[in-house]
Amino acid sequence: MVNLSVNHLLGIKNLTEEDIHLIFETADNFKEVINRPIKKVPSLRDITIANVFFENSTRTRLSFELAEKRLSADVINFSSSSSSVKKGETLLDTVNNILAMKVDMIVMRHSSPGAPHFLSKYIKANIVNAGDGTHEHPTQALLDTYSIRSKYKKFDGLKVAIIGDILHSRVALSNIFALKKLGAEVMVCGPNTLIPKFINTLGVKVELDVFKALKWCDVANVLRIQLERQHIKYFPSIREYSLYYGINKSLLDKLDKPITIMHPGPINRGVELNSDVADSEHSIILQQVENGVAIRMAVLYLLAAADKAA
Amino acid sequence: MAVNKKQILDQHLLELTVNRLCQQLIESHGDFSNAVMIGLQPRGIYFARLLQKQLKSYIKKDIQLGFLDITFYRDDFRRRENPIKANSTVIDFIIEDKDVILVDDVLYTGRSVRAALDAMSAFGRPGKVELLVLINRKYSRHLPIEPDYVGQSVHTLHSQRVQVEWEEQGFKKNNIWLVNIEK
Repeated sequence: MVNLSVNHLLGIKNLTEEDIHLIFETADNFKEVINRPIKKVPSLRDITIANVFFENSTRTRLSFELAEKRLSADVINFSSSSSSVKKGETLLDTVNNILAMKVDMIVMRHSSPGAPHFLSKYIKANIVNAGDGTHEHPTQALLDTYSIRSKYKKFDGLKVAIIGDILHSRVALSNIFALKKLGAEVMVCGPNTLIPKFINTLGVKVELDVFKALKWCDVANVLRIQLERQHIKYFPSIREYSLYYGINKSLLDKLDKPITIMHPGPINRGVELNSDVADSEHSIILQQVENGVAIRMAVLYLLAAADKAA
Repeated sequence: MAVNKKQILDQHLLELTVNRLCQQLIESHGDFSNAVMIGLQPRGIYFARLLQKQLKSYIKKDIQLGFLDITFYRDDFRRRENPIKANSTVIDFIIEDKDVILVDDVLYTGRSVRAALDAMSAFGRPGKVELLVLINRKYSRHLPIEPDYVGQSVHTLHSQRVQVEWEEQGFKKNNIWLVNIEK
């Protein structure tokens, strides 16, 4: 099997386990490419990709842009803050105008859940979801699980705890889908107010005590508190959150085994993660960023190939 | 779909051919102090390993051997029905100013070799590049590419295919066939 089962990467939910493994294997090849003196291959030289970002991003956008450039694609960037969206243009109009300029692929971030799914019904270009509101962030989950695979080689029986703001996190949802498909055990941990109702229908454990979660897991994926999405108070103060859910070295030292610490970034140092953990040898945060480029190259490459085969 | 096939090389003939190619290589490159070999993925690597083993018996050392995957450099990406799965590239030496011998099993249209030349440039600027192939399918080139060392030249039709079976791949014996595909 050398083809993805989908024409768009809208979410991990739509992928099969085989798709995920194919993306991983392709990313292995690209990881080798980006460690060469000349980090570029000509695969997508006849493709134009638009990065359409209706919401702020640093890492994801840079990572996508690098991935596109290393595949030799032509790249255009769009951000809503400096565009006609402010003048009242609709999403579909904006994207159709971009496509009229002969663009083959759209990488999109939007604050509304389902925005890329909506677009995929109306346009022909391949769409990669780079985060849709609180819904999914598939490439982040792929690079997270790819980083876990690099370290542990297998997922069977591996225990992964996702700690923090689960309610507002697209990273959490995509990671849960990906880890479950790959056969890992998943636990979510955070204050009760930040754990979505019915989360257990996804087949994950729920834990409110961060120390118990750390004791249980092999890998802890620590998430940022997304204050920008919180319109009411979910916990009394940042200081109190940090006191009860912040992860520091003394907490890790009490565990009977070393665990791996991950974070999708940006880190709020001193809030969810202390510097003595974020910069320790247990943290694979920067490997995640490196893997992000390889994973995004793999996704773009495979979608471009799928487009022809369809 | 009826298939009939004719043997081009068997184990014994292949050994003779490999021997001859090694001697030709030594004539050109001496003790290989400035030469390296790069096998093309996926099947050129088995042939390259065979050559490396045989060369060792003559010059008493392992010559440097790398494997190059050309999937991302192909000129038919998005032009063929089924995409090709990539293989690993392993070149853990510098090719800058070296004499590079590209090794593949079958030379047909020359497009893979074109992609390989492109792919190789990501690893430096070689002093000189030569091409060694086991089977040279004559009169079928799409590009002006010719081999420097040839195991065997064969006249073939477009409807024919050269099938290469390596022991290392799990076949009982090394065998090279010319297969007729009648639709």
